[in-house]
Amino acid sequence: MRQSFAVGIGGAAGQGVATPGDIFAKVFSRRGLHLNAYNAYQSIIRGGHTFLTIRTGPEKITNMGDRLDLLIPLNQDTMDRHLHLLGAGGAVLYNSDSIKPGEHADGVQICPIPVSQLADISKNKVAQNTLAIGAALSMMGVGFPALEHVLAEQFRKKEQKVIDENVNLARAGYDYATQHFKPFAWPLPMTETKYAVLSGNAAMAMGGVAAGVKFYSAYPMSPSTGVLHWMAEHARKGNIMVRQVEDEIGVVNMAIGAAHAGVRAMCATSGGGFALMSEGLGLAAQAEIPIVVIDCQRAGPSTGVPTKTEQGDLWQMLGAAFGDYPRVIAAPLDIADCFKLIPEIFNVADKFQCPGIVLCDLLLSEGRLSVDPKELDFYPEIDRGELITSNGVEHEPYKRYKITESGVSPRVVPGLPGYTHTVSSDEHDEDGILISDEYTNTTKRRAMMEKRMRKMEGIEAAVPLPQLVGPANADVTLIGWGSTYGVIEEACEQLREAGISANYLPVRWLVPLHGDAILDLLKNAKHTIIVENNYSGQFARYLRSETSFVPNGYIRKYDGEPFMPHHIVEAVKEQLAGETNLSVPTHEIMV
Amino acid sequence: MATDVAAPKAVTAAEFKGRVDPDWCPGCGDYGVLAAVQKALVELQIPNHQVATISGIGCSSNFPGFIETYGMHTLHGRSLAVATGFKMANHGMTVLVTGGDGDGFGIGGNHFMHTMRRNVDLTYLVMDNQIYGLTTGQTSPTSRLGMKTKSMPFGSVEGPINPISLALAAGATFVARGFSAEQKHLTELIKQAIEHKGFSFIDVFSPCVTYNKDNTFQWFRPRVKKLEENSGYDPSDWSTAMEKSLLWGDEIPIGKFFERTDVPTLHGSEPVLNQGPLVYQDNRIPPEIAKGFIDELM
Repeated sequence: MRQSFAVGIGGAAGQGVATPGDIFAKVFSRRGLHLNAYNAYQSIIRGGHTFLTIRTGPEKITNMGDRLDLLIPLNQDTMDRHLHLLGAGGAVLYNSDSIKPGEHADGVQICPIPVSQLADISKNKVAQNTLAIGAALSMMGVGFPALEHVLAEQFRKKEQKVIDENVNLARAGYDYATQHFKPFAWPLPMTETKYAVLSGNAAMAMGGVAAGVKFYSAYPMSPSTGVLHWMAEHARKGNIMVRQVEDEIGVVNMAIGAAHAGVRAMCATSGGGFALMSEGLGLAAQAEIPIVVIDCQRAGPSTGVPTKTEQGDLWQMLGAAFGDYPRVIAAPLDIADCFKLIPEIFNVADKFQCPGIVLCDLLLSEGRLSVDPKELDFYPEIDRGELITSNGVEHEPYKRYKITESGVSPRVVPGLPGYTHTVSSDEHDEDGILISDEYTNTTKRRAMMEKRMRKMEGIEAAVPLPQLVGPANADVTLIGWGSTYGVIEEACEQLREAGISANYLPVRWLVPLHGDAILDLLKNAKHTIIVENNYSGQFARYLRSETSFVPNGYIRKYDGEPFMPHHIVEAVKEQLAGETNLSVPTHEIMV
Repeated sequence: MATDVAAPKAVTAAEFKGRVDPDWCPGCGDYGVLAAVQKALVELQIPNHQVATISGIGCSSNFPGFIETYGMHTLHGRSLAVATGFKMANHGMTVLVTGGDGDGFGIGGNHFMHTMRRNVDLTYLVMDNQIYGLTTGQTSPTSRLGMKTKSMPFGSVEGPINPISLALAAGATFVARGFSAEQKHLTELIKQAIEHKGFSFIDVFSPCVTYNKDNTFQWFRPRVKKLEENSGYDPSDWSTAMEKSLLWGDEIPIGKFFERTDVPTLHGSEPVLNQGPLVYQDNRIPPEIAKGFIDELM
């Protein structure tokens, strides 16, 4: 089992859960440790319950893990909800002025902090948070200077007095814990590597910058808003235009207008906003204007559970906009992949002049991960495809929708003399002239339909094949797509430790699917199980419709929370024992 | 990317002749609007490759196919959104948006309002025939109260919107009304609208000869009165423009209701466009900026 340490911090929204989270994340990543942070919260600005889990360790940490080592409840509610999660060796740090511990497992260290004795709480309302951070780091075996440095940075925009006050508080907490509490059995190690810590939304925004996006439009919608926020704050430095638009219909159509003018244009939304964009997606396909739309899935249908994760939008993406048209759909596997996928999908969309859809979800969008900064390459290959940008050469009369073998007709950047033409949402001939009002157009319609759809062959060849990870003759093969990659990987490791050999197939490109390649990879699999975060097994149904493949079993979760490794491990065990072929794990953290 | 390298030559009407002739009904008001636009572009000497003509869906929205420019025939109601994106990506081009009353004031009403408040430098020509034509004659947002159509055979019980007052209230910086049969007057309005820096809106009476038996050429002719012929009219006075916009009946004003030039355009307010049109800018960010983005995460 990989070594890791997990801290859970909880309180009401507005109690300042985020700041300790940021501070822990900085301290861990600068120690050269990997980390994964996941915040469970509700659609409320003040009150409710927010529970942030930060898990760290020297090896790659791909998910929130199975257990908590340290609980920091900022209110009684958090204590009551989560104390039972701690096992022997775990500890709870709390403000003993206002919070009382309840029943707990044997071997849990109860660590009360007398906040009013250590701080002037009339002046500092979040004193308990800072004291707890200091105490926690002392127990983890982290030297105080690391925290002092991060605190100075965290409050750098405030006056020196505020910084000093926080450093002194943290110091008081640190010293109090050194004197009164037992340190954890596993002091946090240190490595030489330094990691960047970022959310999937920031990663996708930066991936857009790397892809050469010059126009980003959006309407705020959780959990995609982080992309807009990152862009709004940073894009100007890179001369990228950001527009907040009146609705998602306007968002996608503005992106299409900008893309037609010749720039790379991107937008992001969630399922509801995407529904409004569907017609625009059809326009991009029919007029052959490449755009990239990010859908950060949340639990649906309708407004659903706005702050909870799900993989429930697959069929919406597969069926978005009426009619048949070429499209590409890809789901990033983790937060680093959120960055890398954007330039890749733009290259495909540009080369084949069709819409590209990135199917992300709240888990990645709002989660945070440590990433080796070398993985954040701002200068990947940019392939704009067949784009006419210069003039001065003699050419035949330009036909925007010229029938070609590849189905790709060279585009032109509007503004060039000699290439004027009209692009159209109505069916058209090679010249862009509408054929919807002509007498005899069945030949032209068929030719144009076949021209567009021929692009799918090129797309299939341009997109990498899926790969099976792990031993070839495994007892069980887990199939997942997108964000379940990390948790499935760790579940496979735990299964191996339990004597069950396991491998897994992470699917990143959903369209094109490469069904034959998948069948080939799975033909010798002994026991296949599809793992996904939705009710109906959307991917399982899709895979079956494309390949006739039926797995031995399914693991699904649709309660709004992501999988933990043990959910998958226990489900695999019960399925291998023949107890069921559909497991729906229960989420034990009450958030 | 290279830009225009062609030697400048005089712009003639021939270069704006569309690849196909319009297939509007004989006598349709839209013919007059097309002719006026072509004439205005020639008189302003704007070459066809520097013009984008963007429309939605409907009879009048087939306009881009009938004029040789960089055309876009988009979705019903979405022309202004598409045109805004286009203009932001290449503000060096002249962008005309064409469509009908259903397209612009019905399904596209939200974009109409927001494009005006943003003062996007576009010229929006609505061929207003107070009816849905391409869907064979239903009530539109500008159909008069009581008008009988296939969708409201007993007469509309909904009052029409007033596009001129709406535009004035939404902050449009150039608001005018034309009449398809008043060619010279309309051409002049279009020229002024194109030259206006900011959002220019012209609501053009463009009668539907097939489905609208109420608001015909004959009905409009004796009623339209040019604001320019009213010696005291001052188009910089918003309140008077609003008052005039409410006139309807025996006298219906046409001409330029309002213009102001002190509001910055959307593209003019964007520092990222200081280095020229977005489409001609480098799509790679400088290494020190990339480094800054990563350092922030460390």
